[in-house]
Amino acid sequence: MTTGTRLGHIATGAVAAALLLPLGAVAWRAEGWSGFRASDGHVLWFTLWQAMVSAALSILLAVPVARALARRRFPGRGWVVLLLGAPFILPVIVAVLGLVAVFGRTGAVNTALGWADLGPVSIYGWQGVILAHVFFNMPLATRLILQGWLAVPGERLRLAASLGFAPGDTFRLLEWPMLRGVVPGIFLVIFLICTTSFAVALALGGGPRATTVELAIYQAFRFDFDLSRAALLGAVQLCLGGAAALLSLRLTLPSGFGAGLDRAVPRWDSGGWGLRVQDSAAILLACLFLLLPMVLVLSQGALAVTGLPASVWWAAVRSLAVALTAALATTALAFVMAQAATGARGGWAEVIGTLSVAASPLVLGTGLYVLLLPVVNPVSMALPVTVFVNAVLALPFALRALIPAMRDLDRDYGRLSASLGLGGLAWVRLVALPRLRRPLGFAAGLTAALAAGDLGVIALFASPDQATLPLVLYQLMGAYRMEDAKAAALILVALSLGLFWLFERGGRHAGA
Amino acid sequence: MLALEDLRVELGDFTLAADAAFVEGRITALMGASGSGKSTLLAAIAGFVAPASGRIRVTGADITGLPPGERPLSILFQDQNLFPHLTVARNIGLGLRPDLRLSADQRAARDAVLDRVGLTGLGDRLPRDLSGGQQSRAALARALLRGRPWLLLDEPFSALGPALRAEMLALLKETARGEGLSVVMVTHAPEDALAIADETALVSDGRLIAPVPTRALFDAPTPELRAYLG
Repeated sequence: MTTGTRLGHIATGAVAAALLLPLGAVAWRAEGWSGFRASDGHVLWFTLWQAMVSAALSILLAVPVARALARRRFPGRGWVVLLLGAPFILPVIVAVLGLVAVFGRTGAVNTALGWADLGPVSIYGWQGVILAHVFFNMPLATRLILQGWLAVPGERLRLAASLGFAPGDTFRLLEWPMLRGVVPGIFLVIFLICTTSFAVALALGGGPRATTVELAIYQAFRFDFDLSRAALLGAVQLCLGGAAALLSLRLTLPSGFGAGLDRAVPRWDSGGWGLRVQDSAAILLACLFLLLPMVLVLSQGALAVTGLPASVWWAAVRSLAVALTAALATTALAFVMAQAATGARGGWAEVIGTLSVAASPLVLGTGLYVLLLPVVNPVSMALPVTVFVNAVLALPFALRALIPAMRDLDRDYGRLSASLGLGGLAWVRLVALPRLRRPLGFAAGLTAALAAGDLGVIALFASPDQATLPLVLYQLMGAYRMEDAKAAALILVALSLGLFWLFERGGRHAGA
Repeated sequence: MLALEDLRVELGDFTLAADAAFVEGRITALMGASGSGKSTLLAAIAGFVAPASGRIRVTGADITGLPPGERPLSILFQDQNLFPHLTVARNIGLGLRPDLRLSADQRAARDAVLDRVGLTGLGDRLPRDLSGGQQSRAALARALLRGRPWLLLDEPFSALGPALRAEMLALLKETARGEGLSVVMVTHAPEDALAIADETALVSDGRLIAPVPTRALFDAPTPELRAYLG
């Protein structure tokens, strides 16, 4: 076993402990189920219900868009696919602000409804939570379904054309079986994302009718100061995530970032005008739905940037520090864990790395609070805890990029390196870093973007002087300082997407 | 002497037994049908596959447990002999110090060996800017620079056309003689063995048959060789 693999096993053990200790602390503090209130049953029900509806709606809306992208070639198609990837790294709170700008009381939608003499609809409540979840997950579903569509072999479509299939026949015989194969996995992934989503529920939900378990943990914590109740709810959330994770073992989960989405499969059955109009409408509406909220926020934000108070800029600096530290930690962890996963008895590194998908930020946060309380004032640890939680939660994505690359490296150059006695730091410097720049850059960029935009555990811990930019943005929204909020959103988007772009590009444009 | 003593290599259901020795200063061809285990045997000698039992000795010293990089041998693979992101000079320099912190003398030695294999002035190029034959030369140059007494080759020139392959075999023979290298070369081509190998050993039915002079073997083929040649 080399030093790197040994380090990898140690890192895997540390990550396992970092996940299991807080979760154990939550279970320990939960003190039985006697504290479970009748209203908590409703919270649990709402969590499941909204996740189910959000996942179903996201997929229903994604199918026509994916179908249109699969069979149409047009200028700008690559940009549309890129746009569909953007929400994944877009800070949640920024998207919420954008949706409020479009669907809120004074937004475009309600203005139009007012002209038609229809009552205003409110974005706050269950409808807002579902709307925001669809905003984030419809694009994800589209990309994943598009992958399935592009995996239908071109030969089969050619055969279908030679047999004179009408679009309906193609759907029944080729596309429906494909969808039946990929949709359950995608549904589960989105369901899982929606059950653990906190920032959306925080900003748009609340009240007896739209509170998720994650939000209830936060409220028990911040408003009731009831740690054992927070822990109890945390245990509920943990069971939820665990159950979904167990379910997911039985399904092949889609891999998040499909390469090669930039081609359209030639088709012979979709030339009709009706289908063309349908496809164009699907793509246009999807783009409008994604772009309009962003354009409204960012363009208005640009006007107010110069007037922002210094506290916002300081929050941006803190967010940058959090993002960079988390990116460094996750990338280093994923690097050594991928080495362990490549070697003998490395399977558990992969398992531990994906386990954290089931953990939610608020549950981890509650557990850390319980663990830290006897030792230090947890509030003083807000930023380190935020770094820690983000580093752990981004790890599955980093590993998904790094493990296959590390396996390739080992297969292609493992024996050559060994035969030259090339190991240790020399191997890292001369072989691993140059050859793994791309997945390393991607992992660092993704972690930095997610950590910069994260509004989760920081809301649990932070006092005002430690607020990160997403938290400041949320507070500005709460104070109805919308101009400042939009300007802060602009900085936050620049920070998140900018960091992702820098790291990812740094990895791509290097050597061979 | 590179001696395999009661060596058994097991990979899944496949077992290979070897109890034979290769003589110093000679070029020995290792032949056998594909799947016969000749590459596996080479991998065991080089240290990539741990034998189930038996010992490997080089001039008396037991090397069975040594890591690949510490064995008194260099190995050339079928492909992937060069790191594609390192220049030719750096790829070759790895033969002197795996961390590439070369002294001035070492850099001079590296440039000398580049000249020796006919790659003068090509040190700053990346492998992808070299032809297949030049890449083979670069790999050979690194093996020379490492100065290990044994050189193992696993069908190293099989990707080259016939003319280039003959040229590389000639260069191999000439450098091996010039540097006093002992060579074990896996090949599936009888003409390669006939061209440069002093001795030839066959791998057949999961067993290594001890090397015998190539010319004599081909003049009076054993049943195993006849089965292989068909």
